[in-house]
Amino acid sequence: MKSRYDNEMELEFLSKSNNEAFARITVAAFAAQLDPTIEELADIKTAVSEAVTNCIIHGYENTEGLIKIKATLLKNEIEIEISDNGKGIENIELARKPLYTTKGNLERSGMGFTIMESFMDEVEIHSVVDIGTKVIMKKKIKKQENAEENEEENALIN
Amino acid sequence: MNSRFNKKDNVLYLEITEEIDHHKAEKIRRVMDNEITRFMPRKIVFDFSNVSFMDSAGIGLLIGRYKLIKLLGGTAEIINANKIISKVLEMSGILKIIPIQNEENVS
Repeated sequence: MKSRYDNEMELEFLSKSNNEAFARITVAAFAAQLDPTIEELADIKTAVSEAVTNCIIHGYENTEGLIKIKATLLKNEIEIEISDNGKGIENIELARKPLYTTKGNLERSGMGFTIMESFMDEVEIHSVVDIGTKVIMKKKIKKQENAEENEEENALIN
Repeated sequence: MNSRFNKKDNVLYLEITEEIDHHKAEKIRRVMDNEITRFMPRKIVFDFSNVSFMDSAGIGLLIGRYKLIKLLGGTAEIINANKIISKVLEMSGILKIIPIQNEENVS
């Protein structure tokens, strides 16, 4: 099988809140192949954390279900797809609004999608009520000035 | 979470020592509320020296504690937030109610 991507990975785990850290750290480790800055890596971690938390709190409402992450690399771009088979979003436009939350009693800030949108280049949300939700996020990693030097250095070492 | 109460100035320092996400927020919240209601400070200072990650759960956490200290007639401040944490704080608009202070200005 020849992938149309430079690299890809899939991850599936239970909707337990202690998997939030596991998910963002794993995706960050995968994204590290693109040689991102610390700040770009933090953006990816934060966006993944938001999306996974949404699956747990909203998608499955703290019941047990599976969360799936698929990440692909193509040239200097990472695409991350995070999906659940939970209850879905009735009104996506409303859910995207800053400060909008259906879980104010849980001290949720309503900033989840706003953070995903501002930390990633593109965010798509697909959702069907009672079927599930899929969030697709993309981010281009800027080429760092010293990247070429590093390549040369790596070539010498290897 | 570590806390330190400055009795003279009536300031409670809340030093968060873990990554702040939805999983950790619940526990941090319980400890903070316990300390706030115990000392009834005039001001709470959130110390972010040892926080390497925070998502929107942290914003919810800060807003909740702000509401509590406001009820007690006090104020809240943030110190030692790194660049990555500051980005989330700035984006959320929360700095309008809980400003970042340079450490030397903190009483």
